[in-house]
Amino acid sequence: MNDAPAVEVRDLVKSYGQIEAVRGIGFEVKPGETFGFLGPNGAGKSTTIKILCTLVNPTAGEARVAGHEVVRDRDKVRQNIGLVFQDTTLDNYLTGEQNLRFHADLYGVPRAQVGPRLKQVLDMVDLWDRRGSAVGTYSGGMKRRLEIARGLLHAPRVLFLDEPTVGLDPQTRSSIWEYINDLKQREDITIFLTTHYMDEAENCDRIAIVDHGKIVVLDTPEALKASVGKDRVQITTDDDAETIAELKDRFAIEAAIHERQVTFNVEEGERFVPRLFAELSAPIRSVSVARPTLDDVFMSYTGKTIRDAEVSAGDRGRAQMMAFRGMRRG
Amino acid sequence: MTAVATAHVTEDATQDIAELIRVSVPQRSLGRDLRATSIVWRRELLRFQADRLRIISSLIQPVLFLLVLGTGLSRLAGRGLPPGLSFNTFIYPGVLCMSVLFTSLFSAGSIVWDREFGFLREMLVAPVSRSALVIGKCLGGATVATVQGLVILALAGLVNVPYNPLLFLTVIGELLLLSFTLTAFGVALAARISQMQAFMALNQMLVMPLFFLSGALYPLGGLPRWLAIVTRFDPLSYIVDPMRHAVFSHLSLPPGASASIAQGISWDGWVVPDGLSLGIVAVIGIAMLFLAIAQFRKTE
Repeated sequence: MNDAPAVEVRDLVKSYGQIEAVRGIGFEVKPGETFGFLGPNGAGKSTTIKILCTLVNPTAGEARVAGHEVVRDRDKVRQNIGLVFQDTTLDNYLTGEQNLRFHADLYGVPRAQVGPRLKQVLDMVDLWDRRGSAVGTYSGGMKRRLEIARGLLHAPRVLFLDEPTVGLDPQTRSSIWEYINDLKQREDITIFLTTHYMDEAENCDRIAIVDHGKIVVLDTPEALKASVGKDRVQITTDDDAETIAELKDRFAIEAAIHERQVTFNVEEGERFVPRLFAELSAPIRSVSVARPTLDDVFMSYTGKTIRDAEVSAGDRGRAQMMAFRGMRRG
Repeated sequence: MTAVATAHVTEDATQDIAELIRVSVPQRSLGRDLRATSIVWRRELLRFQADRLRIISSLIQPVLFLLVLGTGLSRLAGRGLPPGLSFNTFIYPGVLCMSVLFTSLFSAGSIVWDREFGFLREMLVAPVSRSALVIGKCLGGATVATVQGLVILALAGLVNVPYNPLLFLTVIGELLLLSFTLTAFGVALAARISQMQAFMALNQMLVMPLFFLSGALYPLGGLPRWLAIVTRFDPLSYIVDPMRHAVFSHLSLPPGASASIAQGISWDGWVVPDGLSLGIVAVIGIAMLFLAIAQFRKTE
């Protein structure tokens, strides 16, 4: 089989007028891998995915998908990728099956293969029984599943999922992940996804953390968590301000209030907690110690939680959107 | 024993799947583009079928014009018409054109919906040429609009127009030509617009002038000079006129009557033949089609 990278990106840059959405990104995705772009909204994830999907041309740099250059060999790239966007791109007036058949014709799936393949992908997302209903009657989760099935219909080599579970309730989100993990077993496919949900990034083989248009760090979830090394300790006390000051003075630990608790990272948290009781002056009311999560990884590499990053990135994202729309009209 | 057999079956099944997965998609070719055109065209029909409300609502206006306005005004306007020709019959060709006017532009406008609801992206990222998509869209809009026109055509008897196969074929051909041109025009327009309200407003601004200046409701001869000039610039005039000739030639009117009320479009006294009129509409249609394709090539 072909061992060439499924996705290959070098020094990728995309600017919209003054705004640099992507500022020199480079990485490789191996065939069969599930690769995640993790970062807050407005970090440049969607722009990168749009470049890889040939929807947007890069300002500079190079990107190859399934061995084809995204600008020069646009149609070859398109032939080899499946797409599931953040916003649904289904026709609500048509049935699920009609939507898929439309796709099969657009992508030129040989007629004899359309029927069996249609059943196969619809079975995979448990929508075979609902294939005759208008998509307008589907729930949000069903629509997303149908889009995943449609993205697979023409047997692409790389499946792009841009925020595949955004806007879905937690239960539906986890069921979508069951389908995605299941399809990895069944199909010989590389998955490239973006998400701003930490727990979802755990499903990836490797993750690139993206912030302000750059890759901050790239590794497996395990390695990333190990690299943080420290446990997260959260305590509540009678005087949080006093406690933060004391932590700094006595232990040289930078603590901050997160989720209304004094939060800090420390090695071997369980062993550290008894010292807190002995040495802090304000009485402690509760203590919790947690192993590092991707949240902590994100925090340790970017200096903020992903939720904080979202808030500050909101304006940037909007500005980008305006720039993009302006360009399209102009 | 059983377990082994089952395992074997499952293995076979997996192998089947593995084989199916090797969907080999051929390279881009004319055949593939044609298939894309055909599915985009068929989607228009499917959507039209699914939207009964739209079918009914777009028929209301032409029916009102033909039966209500036509009947109401006939006592007033009928005096200028030759005996045996009622006002309803006179405006019938115009109303036929009107019935496809709204539907064509509305079909084209659905591109704006598609953009708003994301489906346009599904089409634009496909490995097919943009022209295949735009042509499919225009043919789809033309078909749907012509089907809509057929309903008005079926009402021919109500206004004393005979059900003549030759006449019907001519009219259907002309309706197809008109609705293709209008859809292409609408698609070219819709390519630049991202909100349905804006498209609807633009439509309102265009549809009524197009209709009223086309001579659909009055003869084009003997108009005040300013109006005569403006009507010559309305593309719709060039389809209403041949259609009127077609319909009137199948009525039993007193000799000379047809000439007085359907004298046709003239340029500075020279009567434009029907063939040229239709040719003008076709050229505009093709030009609009190319414009629409160019617009969609640019949107990247």
